[in-house]
Amino acid sequence: MIFRLAFASLLARSLTVGMTVLSIALSVALFLGVEKVRTGARASFADTISNTDLIVGARSGSVQLLLYSVFRIGNATNNVTWESYQDIAARPEVDWIVPISLGDSHRQFRVMGTTAEFFERYKFRGGRDLAFEDGRGLEDLYDAVVGADVAETLGYSVGDPIVVSHGLASFTEHADQPFRVAGVLEKTGTPVDRTVIVSLEAIEAIHVDWQSGGRIPGQSTPVDEIRQMELTPTAITAALVGTESRLQIFALQRWINEYPEEPLLAVLPGVALQELWAIVGVAETALIGVSAMVVVTALIGMMAMIFSSLNERRREMAIFRAMGAKPRTILGLLVLEAALMAAIGALAGMALLYAALAVGRPLIDAAFGLWLPLDPPSLRELQTLAAVIAVAVIVSLLPALRAYRLSLADGMMVRT
Amino acid sequence: MSGSALTLAGLLHQYDGGGGFTLRCPEFSVAAGESVLLLGESGSGKSTLLSLICGILAPKEGRIDIAATELSKLRPAARDAFRAEHIGVIFQQFNLLPYASAQDNVLLPLHFSSARRARVTDPPARARALLAALGLPEGTAAVAARHLSVGQQQRVAVARALIGAPELIVADEPTSALDATTQGTFLDLLFDQCRAAGSALLMVSHDPRIGSRFDRVVELADIVTTERAAAA
Repeated sequence: MIFRLAFASLLARSLTVGMTVLSIALSVALFLGVEKVRTGARASFADTISNTDLIVGARSGSVQLLLYSVFRIGNATNNVTWESYQDIAARPEVDWIVPISLGDSHRQFRVMGTTAEFFERYKFRGGRDLAFEDGRGLEDLYDAVVGADVAETLGYSVGDPIVVSHGLASFTEHADQPFRVAGVLEKTGTPVDRTVIVSLEAIEAIHVDWQSGGRIPGQSTPVDEIRQMELTPTAITAALVGTESRLQIFALQRWINEYPEEPLLAVLPGVALQELWAIVGVAETALIGVSAMVVVTALIGMMAMIFSSLNERRREMAIFRAMGAKPRTILGLLVLEAALMAAIGALAGMALLYAALAVGRPLIDAAFGLWLPLDPPSLRELQTLAAVIAVAVIVSLLPALRAYRLSLADGMMVRT
Repeated sequence: MSGSALTLAGLLHQYDGGGGFTLRCPEFSVAAGESVLLLGESGSGKSTLLSLICGILAPKEGRIDIAATELSKLRPAARDAFRAEHIGVIFQQFNLLPYASAQDNVLLPLHFSSARRARVTDPPARARALLAALGLPEGTAAVAARHLSVGQQQRVAVARALIGAPELIVADEPTSALDATTQGTFLDLLFDQCRAAGSALLMVSHDPRIGSRFDRVVELADIVTTERAAAA
């Protein structure tokens, strides 16, 4: 019955109690939301590349190799020669191998040379395939496929001409050999969205008249002539490798890392991603800290609310006392009240978050390529809710102790 | 037991605070089942005396016995429990929980008193029966106290004091909010129920006209002397 009375008392003060519960609900929704985005981002990050067993590049750090080959951040220190590439491709463990050649750019986006097989082999988010929003893959030498962000930012559609710039931030353009947008990819939430993909041969083709980073003066091979040329690259930047069996990954990795002709590095994408996340992950701790602070603020607001209600409720407490309630019962009543408010707030916050997720999930995916799973509450989330209620009980002890003292002093006679 | 419901002896109370108010009550008693009207104006030490009897205040000297227990010797927590067990209080302002239903208000003392709880077999039914006996219309038991009329609140307050048949009912000006006719009806009901429960009734009022219904009428000034410090 005391529980029912505490509830009725809260209902009787529905406006202030409602505001307090709302602020707790919002803060809990924020906290759990940050938690969801954090785990979602982490999963999404880990899903940037999947079904690739090894990434091979010139010897450097594993994070650096991952950064330039998958995230297109920074540059390769060195290239992998075509001979080494072919040696690796000839290994019996290798099921498939896709070369990647980087170094040129189009506006603010990187240009990546690769083979048509890239579109079959590159998978993200647990095995999803790249899909074409419009157009088709690479067929002609001067075909280019652009990622969703590239198309959106630059307003490209199939058939538009593209001129590739030499290097990453230069004003020298390969204007003599324009490309044509052959296809636009669907949004993936991976760095592919921000990449212009051309064939490996095309990368060679636009550099026919170039030597060691500069244009050979006066030389300009006509496009027709280039089309007739043998456009085998001399070097590539990196390669994605799939093995016949997962058991062979480590053997192949060791073989590549010990390759005598050239210093190479092969990394497992999952391991490198984890190393990278350990660096990026510092920000998530800060986020969690901030949202935890918001929850604490809401609970302190509740404490202030209970404090300010004490005066108007002295009579109510005096009634309890007159009926034989001990001051400690009064204390218990206020703590129970706080726990009730926090529990309702926490549950409402959770409901709010799930409602928001259900509505906003497709939008978040479209805007940020971040797919947030709509799972039942995890143990960690339930623990969070329990912690919110526990903290509410602790902070409510302060006003409850004051009520205790007031009710000791007032007794059952309150002059009003 | 035909002993006394309440005995005060050599009582001295002093407020420690600034007022320097002192109250003495050399001797006063109420027999079991007896009804006594204490007549006195406000400011004559009424509230202080009632607080002492109810165990809210502890006397500096002297003793208070209620239902063969020396209340003045008990520790504060025990006094709270004792009050819940043996005293039903009716306030001038009724003091109902506004948000709780009439029935929940009546049941409240049972929550804090096992002895009174033990005397009632089916508390909700008993609460409704008491409310009905006190003339509260049927169906009002479930209504929140703040929606009841003054007269109805009055009856709920009486039912709350009576439930579980405590040895002593203490009433502080319970009729001041009622007009003359309602007052009469109300007192009839109160007396009936006190008799039925076998509870002694100690009522404090400034209104001598209701005195005829009581077994005994006592002027507060005859049993209590008060002093105020000159500063007041």
